[in-house]
Amino acid sequence: MLTAGTSFDDSYVAPAGVCTPVCCTLEARKGRYRKVSTKEQEDLRLVECVLLIRDAQDKAAFAEVFRRFAPRVKAYLIKSGSDASMAEECAQDVMATLWHKAHLFDPTRASVSTWVFTIARNRRIDMIRKQRRPEPDELTWGPEPEPNAADVMELQQESNRLVQALSELPDKQRDLIQKAYFGDLTHSEIADETGLPLGTIKSRIRLALEKLRHAMK
Amino acid sequence: MSKIKHHLNDALLMSYAAGSLPEAFGLVVATHISMCDDCRARLGAFEAVGGAMLDDVATSQDVDLKATLALIEKGPKAPIRVDVTKLGLFPSALQDYVGGDLDAVKWRAVGMGVRQAILPTSKDASVRLLHIPAGCAVPDHGHRGTELTLVLQGAFKDEFDRFGPGDLEIATEEDVHTPVAEEGVDCICLAATDAPLKFRGLVQRIAQPFLRI
Ligand SMILES: [Zn+2]
Repeated sequence: MLTAGTSFDDSYVAPAGVCTPVCCTLEARKGRYRKVSTKEQEDLRLVECVLLIRDAQDKAAFAEVFRRFAPRVKAYLIKSGSDASMAEECAQDVMATLWHKAHLFDPTRASVSTWVFTIARNRRIDMIRKQRRPEPDELTWGPEPEPNAADVMELQQESNRLVQALSELPDKQRDLIQKAYFGDLTHSEIADETGLPLGTIKSRIRLALEKLRHAMK
Repeated sequence: MSKIKHHLNDALLMSYAAGSLPEAFGLVVATHISMCDDCRARLGAFEAVGGAMLDDVATSQDVDLKATLALIEKGPKAPIRVDVTKLGLFPSALQDYVGGDLDAVKWRAVGMGVRQAILPTSKDASVRLLHIPAGCAVPDHGHRGTELTLVLQGAFKDEFDRFGPGDLEIATEEDVHTPVAEEGVDCICLAATDAPLKFRGLVQRIAQPFLRI
Protein backbone atom coordinates (compact mmCIF):
# COMPACT_ATOMS: atom_id res chain seq x y z
CA MET A 1 0.00 0.00 0.00
CA LEU A 2 1.20 3.44 -0.86
CA THR A 3 1.06 6.29 1.56
CA ALA A 4 1.27 10.02 1.37
CA GLY A 5 4.59 11.17 0.13
CA THR A 6 5.13 8.20 -2.12
CA SER A 7 6.54 9.41 -5.35
CA PHE A 8 3.78 9.14 -7.84
CA ASP A 9 5.43 8.69 -11.16
CA ASP A 10 9.16 8.14 -11.09
CA SER A 11 9.27 7.38 -14.75
CA TYR A 12 7.34 10.35 -15.89
CA VAL A 13 8.73 13.80 -16.52
CA ALA A 14 6.09 16.29 -17.54
CA PRO A 15 6.97 18.29 -20.62
CA ALA A 16 7.51 21.88 -19.59
CA GLY A 17 4.60 24.23 -19.86
CA VAL A 18 1.93 21.73 -20.86
CA CYS A 19 0.65 20.80 -17.46
CA THR A 20 -3.04 21.69 -17.42
CA PRO A 21 -4.76 22.94 -14.29
CA VAL A 22 -6.41 19.53 -13.87
CA CYS A 23 -3.09 17.74 -14.21
CA CYS A 24 -1.52 19.99 -11.60
CA THR A 25 -4.38 19.66 -9.18
CA LEU A 26 -4.45 15.91 -9.65
CA GLU A 27 -0.75 15.78 -8.88
CA ALA A 28 -1.33 17.81 -5.74
CA ARG A 29 -4.30 15.75 -4.62
CA LYS A 30 -2.58 12.44 -5.13
CA GLY A 31 -0.09 13.41 -2.46
CA ARG A 32 -2.85 14.20 -0.03
CA TYR A 33 -4.80 10.97 -0.44
CA ARG A 34 -3.60 8.48 2.08
CA LYS A 35 -4.59 5.26 0.43
CA VAL A 36 -4.11 5.41 -3.29
CA SER A 37 -3.86 1.92 -4.66
CA THR A 38 -1.55 1.07 -7.51
CA LYS A 39 -4.53 0.51 -9.77
CA GLU A 40 -5.91 3.94 -8.90
CA GLN A 41 -2.55 5.51 -9.63
CA GLU A 42 -2.54 3.83 -13.01
CA ASP A 43 -6.07 5.04 -13.74
CA LEU A 44 -5.23 8.64 -12.82
CA ARG A 45 -2.05 8.47 -14.85
CA LEU A 46 -4.15 7.37 -17.84
CA VAL A 47 -6.42 10.37 -17.37
CA GLU A 48 -3.34 12.58 -17.35
CA CYS A 49 -2.06 10.96 -20.51
CA VAL A 50 -5.29 11.65 -22.36
CA LEU A 51 -5.15 15.29 -21.20
CA LEU A 52 -1.54 15.48 -22.41
CA ILE A 53 -2.60 14.11 -25.78
CA ARG A 54 -5.33 16.70 -25.88
CA ASP A 55 -3.22 19.68 -24.83
CA ALA A 56 0.23 18.85 -26.17
CA GLN A 57 -0.21 16.11 -28.79
CA ASP A 58 2.15 14.18 -26.56
CA LYS A 59 3.29 11.02 -28.36
CA ALA A 60 4.95 9.50 -25.27
CA ALA A 61 1.70 9.84 -23.37
CA PHE A 62 -0.10 8.27 -26.31
CA ALA A 63 2.32 5.35 -26.30
CA GLU A 64 1.48 4.73 -22.64
CA VAL A 65 -2.24 4.65 -23.29
CA PHE A 66 -1.60 2.54 -26.37
CA ARG A 67 0.42 -0.08 -24.49
CA ARG A 68 -2.36 -0.43 -22.00
CA PHE A 69 -5.38 -0.51 -24.28
CA ALA A 70 -4.49 -1.46 -27.85
CA PRO A 71 -3.95 -5.18 -27.04
CA ARG A 72 -7.11 -5.21 -24.93
CA VAL A 73 -9.18 -3.63 -27.69
CA LYS A 74 -7.82 -6.20 -30.12
CA ALA A 75 -8.66 -9.05 -27.75
CA TYR A 76 -12.16 -7.62 -27.25
CA LEU A 77 -12.74 -7.50 -31.01
CA ILE A 78 -11.46 -11.05 -31.49
CA LYS A 79 -13.72 -12.27 -28.69
CA SER A 80 -16.58 -10.46 -30.39
CA GLY A 81 -16.06 -12.49 -33.53
CA SER A 82 -13.68 -10.63 -35.82
CA ASP A 83 -10.60 -12.29 -37.32
CA ALA A 84 -7.09 -11.25 -36.35
CA SER A 85 -6.39 -8.92 -39.28
CA MET A 86 -9.72 -7.14 -38.98
CA ALA A 87 -9.16 -6.81 -35.23
CA GLU A 88 -5.69 -5.33 -35.82
CA GLU A 89 -7.07 -2.81 -38.26
CA CYS A 90 -9.95 -1.88 -35.96
CA ALA A 91 -7.72 -1.62 -32.89
CA GLN A 92 -5.39 0.80 -34.71
CA ASP A 93 -8.41 2.74 -35.75
CA VAL A 94 -9.82 2.87 -32.23
CA MET A 95 -6.50 4.14 -30.85
CA ALA A 96 -6.24 6.77 -33.60
CA THR A 97 -9.78 7.87 -32.77
CA LEU A 98 -8.74 8.24 -29.14
CA TRP A 99 -6.01 10.65 -30.28
CA HIS A 100 -8.35 12.68 -32.46
CA LYS A 101 -11.15 12.78 -29.90
CA ALA A 102 -9.05 13.44 -26.82
CA HIS A 103 -10.78 16.83 -26.42
CA LEU A 104 -14.12 15.06 -25.99
CA PHE A 105 -13.00 12.94 -23.02
CA ASP A 106 -14.71 13.95 -19.78
CA PRO A 107 -12.95 12.40 -16.76
CA THR A 108 -15.80 13.37 -14.44
CA ARG A 109 -18.11 11.04 -16.34
CA ALA A 110 -15.94 8.10 -17.37
CA SER A 111 -12.67 6.37 -16.68
CA VAL A 112 -10.28 6.04 -19.61
CA SER A 113 -11.15 2.30 -19.77
CA THR A 114 -14.84 3.13 -20.10
CA TRP A 115 -14.19 5.77 -22.72
CA VAL A 116 -11.99 3.44 -24.76
CA PHE A 117 -14.59 0.72 -24.43
CA THR A 118 -17.28 2.97 -25.93
CA ILE A 119 -15.00 3.93 -28.85
CA ALA A 120 -14.21 0.25 -29.49
CA ARG A 121 -17.85 -0.75 -29.20
CA ASN A 122 -18.86 1.94 -31.70
CA ARG A 123 -16.15 0.83 -34.11
CA ARG A 124 -17.35 -2.73 -33.78
CA ILE A 125 -20.92 -1.76 -34.68
CA ASP A 126 -19.72 0.33 -37.63
CA MET A 127 -17.29 -2.15 -39.11
CA ILE A 128 -18.55 -5.54 -38.06
CA ARG A 129 -22.28 -5.21 -37.60
CA LYS A 130 -22.59 -2.54 -40.31
CA GLN A 131 -25.60 -0.85 -38.76
CA ARG A 132 -26.32 2.76 -38.12
CA ARG A 133 -25.76 3.72 -34.54
CA PRO A 134 -28.32 6.10 -33.05
CA GLU A 135 -26.75 8.13 -30.23
CA PRO A 136 -28.30 10.31 -27.52
CA ASP A 137 -27.95 14.07 -27.82
CA GLU A 138 -24.63 15.26 -26.46
CA LEU A 139 -24.77 17.46 -23.41
CA THR A 140 -21.43 19.09 -24.00
CA TRP A 141 -22.37 21.89 -26.28
CA GLY A 142 -20.93 25.31 -25.71
CA PRO A 143 -17.56 25.90 -24.06
CA GLU A 144 -16.69 23.05 -21.74
CA PRO A 145 -15.81 23.97 -18.20
CA GLU A 146 -12.49 22.53 -17.07
CA PRO A 147 -13.39 19.51 -14.91
CA ASN A 148 -12.95 19.81 -11.20
CA ALA A 149 -10.05 17.66 -9.96
CA ALA A 150 -11.94 16.32 -6.94
CA ASP A 151 -14.76 15.14 -9.20
CA VAL A 152 -12.24 13.47 -11.47
CA MET A 153 -10.62 11.68 -8.53
CA GLU A 154 -13.92 10.44 -7.19
CA LEU A 155 -15.27 9.16 -10.48
CA GLN A 156 -11.99 7.39 -11.19
CA GLN A 157 -11.96 5.80 -7.74
CA GLU A 158 -15.56 4.75 -8.12
CA SER A 159 -14.79 3.11 -11.46
CA ASN A 160 -11.97 1.28 -9.79
CA ARG A 161 -14.29 0.04 -7.06
CA LEU A 162 -16.62 -1.25 -9.74
CA VAL A 163 -13.77 -3.20 -11.33
CA GLN A 164 -13.02 -4.76 -7.97
CA ALA A 165 -16.63 -5.58 -7.21
CA LEU A 166 -17.02 -7.22 -10.60
CA SER A 167 -13.94 -9.32 -9.98
CA GLU A 168 -15.52 -10.60 -6.78
CA LEU A 169 -18.75 -11.76 -8.42
CA PRO A 170 -19.41 -15.50 -8.72
CA ASP A 171 -17.89 -16.92 -11.93
CA LYS A 172 -21.25 -17.75 -13.45
CA GLN A 173 -22.56 -14.22 -13.21
CA ARG A 174 -19.29 -12.78 -14.41
CA ASP A 175 -19.32 -15.03 -17.45
CA LEU A 176 -22.81 -13.95 -18.33
CA ILE A 177 -21.88 -10.30 -18.09
CA GLN A 178 -18.77 -10.85 -20.18
CA LYS A 179 -20.84 -12.63 -22.79
CA ALA A 180 -23.30 -9.77 -22.81
CA TYR A 181 -20.51 -7.26 -23.47
CA PHE A 182 -18.25 -9.25 -25.75
CA GLY A 183 -20.56 -11.64 -27.47
CA ASP A 184 -23.80 -10.88 -29.10
CA LEU A 185 -26.33 -11.92 -26.52
CA THR A 186 -29.57 -10.20 -27.39
CA HIS A 187 -31.41 -8.13 -24.84
CA SER A 188 -33.90 -10.93 -24.23
CA GLU A 189 -31.11 -13.41 -23.61
CA ILE A 190 -29.68 -11.23 -20.89
CA ALA A 191 -32.07 -11.84 -18.10
CA ASP A 192 -32.47 -8.69 -16.09
CA GLU A 193 -29.15 -8.38 -14.36
CA THR A 194 -29.42 -7.88 -10.68
CA GLY A 195 -26.75 -7.52 -8.09
CA LEU A 196 -24.45 -5.40 -10.23
CA PRO A 197 -22.79 -2.80 -8.01
CA LEU A 198 -23.79 0.18 -10.09
CA GLY A 199 -25.47 2.48 -7.58
CA THR A 200 -22.62 4.75 -6.62
CA ILE A 201 -21.14 5.11 -10.05
CA LYS A 202 -24.58 6.00 -11.34
CA SER A 203 -25.02 8.72 -8.75
CA ARG A 204 -21.54 10.08 -9.47
CA ILE A 205 -22.34 10.35 -13.15
CA ARG A 206 -25.69 11.85 -12.30
CA LEU A 207 -23.89 14.46 -10.20
CA ALA A 208 -21.51 15.23 -13.06
CA LEU A 209 -24.47 15.66 -15.41
CA GLU A 210 -26.14 18.05 -13.01
CA LYS A 211 -22.96 20.11 -12.68
CA LEU A 212 -22.62 20.16 -16.42
CA ARG A 213 -26.19 21.37 -16.88
CA HIS A 214 -25.62 23.97 -14.19
CA ALA A 215 -22.45 25.20 -15.89
CA MET A 216 -24.32 25.54 -19.15
CA LYS A 217 -26.99 27.79 -17.72
CA MET B 1 -38.16 16.43 -17.89
CA SER B 2 -38.36 15.32 -14.31
CA LYS B 3 -41.85 13.98 -14.80
CA ILE B 4 -40.80 10.86 -16.68
CA LYS B 5 -42.16 7.85 -14.80
CA HIS B 6 -41.55 4.92 -17.11
CA HIS B 7 -37.92 4.24 -17.92
CA LEU B 8 -35.63 1.88 -19.78
CA ASN B 9 -34.98 -1.39 -17.95
CA ASP B 10 -31.53 -2.71 -17.12
CA ALA B 11 -31.59 -5.31 -19.89
CA LEU B 12 -32.15 -2.65 -22.56
CA LEU B 13 -29.52 -0.34 -21.09
CA MET B 14 -26.98 -3.12 -20.83
CA SER B 15 -27.59 -4.27 -24.40
CA TYR B 16 -27.31 -0.70 -25.66
CA ALA B 17 -24.09 -0.21 -23.68
CA ALA B 18 -22.76 -3.47 -25.09
CA GLY B 19 -23.70 -2.47 -28.62
CA SER B 20 -25.89 -5.49 -29.23
CA LEU B 21 -29.36 -4.00 -29.61
CA PRO B 22 -31.07 -4.10 -32.98
CA GLU B 23 -30.85 -0.69 -34.64
CA ALA B 24 -34.60 -0.01 -34.27
CA PHE B 25 -34.44 -0.52 -30.49
CA GLY B 26 -31.23 1.49 -30.33
CA LEU B 27 -33.09 4.44 -31.82
CA VAL B 28 -35.78 4.27 -29.14
CA VAL B 29 -33.15 3.97 -26.39
CA ALA B 30 -31.11 6.91 -27.73
CA THR B 31 -34.25 9.01 -28.06
CA HIS B 32 -35.37 8.26 -24.50
CA ILE B 33 -31.90 8.99 -23.09
CA SER B 34 -31.88 12.33 -24.90
CA MET B 35 -34.99 13.17 -22.85
CA CYS B 36 -34.03 11.51 -19.54
CA ASP B 37 -31.05 12.27 -17.29
CA ASP B 38 -31.77 9.30 -15.04
CA CYS B 39 -31.34 6.82 -17.82
CA ARG B 40 -28.33 8.74 -19.14
CA ALA B 41 -26.62 8.25 -15.78
CA ARG B 42 -27.66 4.60 -15.67
CA LEU B 43 -26.24 4.11 -19.16
CA GLY B 44 -22.99 5.64 -17.91
CA ALA B 45 -22.90 2.98 -15.20
CA PHE B 46 -23.49 0.17 -17.70
CA GLU B 47 -20.78 1.56 -19.95
CA ALA B 48 -18.48 1.55 -16.94
CA VAL B 49 -19.13 -2.19 -16.67
CA GLY B 50 -17.96 -2.47 -20.28
CA GLY B 51 -14.84 -0.51 -19.32
CA ALA B 52 -14.23 -2.86 -16.41
CA MET B 53 -14.60 -5.87 -18.73
CA LEU B 54 -12.12 -4.33 -21.15
CA ASP B 55 -9.69 -3.69 -18.30
CA ASP B 56 -9.90 -7.29 -17.34
CA VAL B 57 -9.61 -9.03 -20.70
CA ALA B 58 -6.65 -11.34 -21.25
CA THR B 59 -4.34 -10.00 -23.93
CA SER B 60 -2.14 -12.05 -26.19
CA GLN B 61 -1.41 -10.03 -29.29
CA ASP B 62 0.30 -6.71 -29.70
CA VAL B 63 -0.93 -3.98 -31.98
CA ASP B 64 1.37 -2.06 -34.31
CA LEU B 65 2.12 1.30 -32.66
CA LYS B 66 4.09 2.70 -35.61
CA ALA B 67 1.27 1.96 -38.02
CA THR B 68 -1.16 3.63 -35.63
CA LEU B 69 0.99 6.76 -35.37
CA ALA B 70 1.14 6.85 -39.16
CA LEU B 71 -2.65 6.57 -39.21
CA ILE B 72 -2.86 9.51 -36.81
CA GLU B 73 -0.61 11.60 -39.09
CA LYS B 74 -3.14 11.16 -41.87
CA GLY B 75 -5.76 12.91 -39.73
CA PRO B 76 -9.24 11.74 -38.80
CA LYS B 77 -11.05 9.66 -41.43
CA ALA B 78 -14.16 11.71 -41.05
CA PRO B 79 -14.36 15.16 -39.49
CA ILE B 80 -14.79 14.84 -35.72
CA ARG B 81 -18.45 15.41 -35.28
CA VAL B 82 -19.41 17.39 -32.27
CA ASP B 83 -23.13 16.96 -32.43
CA VAL B 84 -25.00 20.14 -32.11
CA THR B 85 -28.31 19.37 -30.53
CA LYS B 86 -31.00 20.15 -33.04
CA LEU B 87 -33.94 22.18 -31.91
CA GLY B 88 -37.39 20.75 -32.27
CA LEU B 89 -39.69 18.12 -30.84
CA PHE B 90 -37.46 15.23 -31.90
CA PRO B 91 -34.01 14.62 -30.40
CA SER B 92 -31.15 14.66 -32.95
CA ALA B 93 -30.92 10.87 -33.38
CA LEU B 94 -34.55 10.71 -34.41
CA GLN B 95 -34.24 13.74 -36.67
CA ASP B 96 -31.42 11.94 -38.49
CA TYR B 97 -33.80 9.09 -39.35
CA VAL B 98 -36.73 11.31 -40.25
CA GLY B 99 -34.68 13.80 -42.22
CA GLY B 100 -35.97 16.64 -40.08
CA ASP B 101 -38.37 17.36 -37.26
CA LEU B 102 -42.10 16.63 -36.95
CA ASP B 103 -42.99 18.64 -40.05
CA ALA B 104 -40.71 16.46 -42.20
CA VAL B 105 -42.41 13.14 -41.34
CA LYS B 106 -43.96 11.40 -44.34
CA TRP B 107 -47.14 10.06 -42.74
CA ARG B 108 -49.36 7.36 -44.18
CA ALA B 109 -52.87 6.76 -42.97
CA VAL B 110 -53.45 3.35 -41.41
CA GLY B 111 -57.13 3.71 -40.60
CA MET B 112 -59.23 5.13 -37.81
CA GLY B 113 -57.43 8.44 -38.01
CA VAL B 114 -54.12 6.87 -37.02
CA ARG B 115 -51.09 7.68 -39.17
CA GLN B 116 -47.66 6.12 -39.19
CA ALA B 117 -44.23 6.47 -40.76
CA ILE B 118 -41.89 3.49 -40.86
CA LEU B 119 -38.26 4.54 -40.42
CA PRO B 120 -35.48 2.73 -42.29
CA THR B 121 -33.40 0.44 -40.05
CA SER B 122 -31.75 -2.97 -40.20
CA LYS B 123 -34.22 -5.81 -40.60
CA ASP B 124 -33.91 -7.50 -37.19
CA ALA B 125 -36.50 -5.13 -35.75
CA SER B 126 -38.64 -2.30 -37.02
CA VAL B 127 -39.46 1.16 -35.77
CA ARG B 128 -42.12 3.66 -36.74
CA LEU B 129 -43.62 6.94 -35.71
CA LEU B 130 -47.29 6.87 -34.79
CA HIS B 131 -49.65 9.80 -34.85
CA ILE B 132 -52.80 9.13 -32.85
CA PRO B 133 -55.44 11.88 -32.83
CA ALA B 134 -56.43 13.01 -29.34
CA GLY B 135 -59.08 10.72 -27.92
CA CYS B 136 -58.53 7.95 -30.49
CA ALA B 137 -57.48 4.36 -29.89
CA VAL B 138 -54.71 2.43 -31.58
CA PRO B 139 -56.13 -0.89 -32.86
CA ASP B 140 -56.08 -3.66 -30.29
CA HIS B 141 -53.00 -5.71 -30.97
CA GLY B 142 -50.75 -8.36 -29.56
CA HIS B 143 -47.20 -8.85 -30.75
CA ARG B 144 -44.60 -11.55 -30.87
CA GLY B 145 -41.46 -10.40 -29.10
CA THR B 146 -40.95 -7.07 -27.37
CA GLU B 147 -42.57 -3.76 -28.20
CA LEU B 148 -41.19 -0.43 -27.02
CA THR B 149 -43.41 2.63 -27.22
CA LEU B 150 -41.94 6.03 -26.39
CA VAL B 151 -44.21 9.06 -26.11
CA LEU B 152 -42.85 12.20 -27.77
CA GLN B 153 -45.93 14.39 -27.50
CA GLY B 154 -49.33 14.11 -25.82
CA ALA B 155 -50.10 11.03 -23.77
CA PHE B 156 -51.83 7.67 -23.97
CA LYS B 157 -53.46 5.33 -21.54
CA ASP B 158 -53.84 1.63 -21.78
CA GLU B 159 -55.08 -1.10 -19.47
CA PHE B 160 -51.89 -0.78 -17.42
CA ASP B 161 -50.95 2.86 -16.97
CA ARG B 162 -50.65 6.37 -18.32
CA PHE B 163 -47.72 7.39 -20.49
CA GLY B 164 -46.79 11.03 -21.03
CA PRO B 165 -43.90 12.75 -22.86
CA GLY B 166 -40.65 10.84 -22.37
CA ASP B 167 -42.38 7.78 -20.89
CA LEU B 168 -41.50 4.41 -22.35
CA GLU B 169 -43.82 1.43 -22.31
CA ILE B 170 -42.14 -1.96 -22.54
CA ALA B 171 -44.67 -4.58 -23.60
CA THR B 172 -43.91 -8.25 -23.91
CA GLU B 173 -45.50 -11.01 -25.93
CA GLU B 174 -48.24 -11.64 -23.38
CA ASP B 175 -49.44 -8.07 -23.16
CA VAL B 176 -52.43 -7.36 -25.34
CA HIS B 177 -53.13 -3.72 -24.88
CA THR B 178 -55.27 -0.97 -26.35
CA PRO B 179 -53.54 2.38 -26.09
CA VAL B 180 -55.93 5.33 -26.21
CA ALA B 181 -54.62 8.85 -26.80
CA GLU B 182 -55.68 11.36 -24.17
CA GLU B 183 -57.93 14.23 -25.01
CA GLY B 184 -56.18 17.48 -25.76
CA VAL B 185 -53.00 17.20 -27.83
CA ASP B 186 -52.56 14.53 -30.51
CA CYS B 187 -50.26 11.76 -29.34
CA ILE B 188 -47.02 11.12 -31.19
CA CYS B 189 -45.05 7.99 -30.32
CA LEU B 190 -41.95 6.18 -31.47
CA ALA B 191 -42.62 2.45 -31.43
CA ALA B 192 -40.24 -0.45 -32.08
CA THR B 193 -40.99 -4.16 -32.33
CA ASP B 194 -38.67 -7.06 -32.85
CA ALA B 195 -41.35 -8.99 -34.69
CA PRO B 196 -44.24 -7.78 -36.85
CA LEU B 197 -47.32 -6.79 -34.89
CA LYS B 198 -50.29 -9.06 -35.26
CA PHE B 199 -53.58 -7.30 -35.25
CA ARG B 200 -56.42 -9.33 -33.91
CA GLY B 201 -59.33 -8.50 -36.16
CA LEU B 202 -59.66 -10.43 -39.44
CA VAL B 203 -59.78 -7.34 -41.62
CA GLN B 204 -56.76 -5.98 -39.87
CA ARG B 205 -54.97 -9.28 -40.32
CA ILE B 206 -55.61 -9.16 -44.05
CA ALA B 207 -54.51 -5.56 -44.15
CA GLN B 208 -51.37 -6.23 -42.16
CA PRO B 209 -48.99 -7.21 -45.00
CA PHE B 210 -50.11 -4.10 -46.82
CA LEU B 211 -49.59 -1.86 -43.82
CA ARG B 212 -46.21 -3.40 -43.10
CA ILE B 213 -46.72 -3.28 -39.38
ZN1 LIG C 1 -35.44 7.21 -18.27
